[in-house]
Amino acid sequence: MNGWRRQGRGAKLRLVGVFDQQEAALLRGLIGQVRTMLVQRTDDVPVDELAELTGLASGHTRPPEDAVLARLLPDFHRDDPELAAMLRAAREPELVAAKTEAATVVLDTCPPDGGRAELTPPQADAWLSALNDVRLALGTTLGVTEDMPDEPPVDEALAAHLSVYHWLTFVQDALVQSRAAAM
Amino acid sequence: MAAPLSAPRTGTTHEAEQVADDSVAVEVPWQTIVWNDPVNLMSYVTYVLQKLFGYDRDKATKLMLDVHHKGRATVSSGSKDKVEGDVAKLHAAGLWATMQRS
Repeated sequence: MNGWRRQGRGAKLRLVGVFDQQEAALLRGLIGQVRTMLVQRTDDVPVDELAELTGLASGHTRPPEDAVLARLLPDFHRDDPELAAMLRAAREPELVAAKTEAATVVLDTCPPDGGRAELTPPQADAWLSALNDVRLALGTTLGVTEDMPDEPPVDEALAAHLSVYHWLTFVQDALVQSRAAAM
Repeated sequence: MAAPLSAPRTGTTHEAEQVADDSVAVEVPWQTIVWNDPVNLMSYVTYVLQKLFGYDRDKATKLMLDVHHKGRATVSSGSKDKVEGDVAKLHAAGLWATMQRS
């Protein structure tokens, strides 16, 4: 992956990135993991008899206990727990659906064995959201801070995870530049 | 983003109450706040603000820098329903956003 280039214009505009086999497998694996977490969150929704009768989606009222999911699905209000609970119940199902759908777009457009990903602008936007979710997940797990030292940590496993995080940062930032230039 | 979050959401009994509340409290608009976050890229935050709110690059960049340097910025305001929708769109994009009364 050497960044993204634009190909064609107007309705035929595509943002093209090339992934080798290892990169594609890594990216698809991470996107798939986050997608699975989001699907499980939906499966965990407590049964709401009224919602079952009316067929209307109703989500969790409490934030996720898992730190990664909590970062992906923040509260709508900081100081009013009742309002936050109500808005979460109303809004979380569509948020989870949007994030799951973005992840699916990546899985549908990133070739499993590596090769060219050719994205329409809406697909590029889905990639940006999904890449961001994966970086949020890794960043939360690794405890990423704004002023991380430039030198890699001594711990080899941690250093490997961080290098994946930095690679995702490169892929996302390059796609933002390419996509924003096509606005 | 993949799914249009501005699509009509499923109604609940709360909605009728909210509409009534808004008509009484129309003088008190709500604000959408974006908070600083160590993961989100400056380039991406700027792009999201341009795309979701139609801001030009200068305005989006200024708001992004406020988030970065001051820890937070008010990125939109309006009725409770509008701001609630804005927060949902920002969450879908992965930004850390909340709503509050002005």
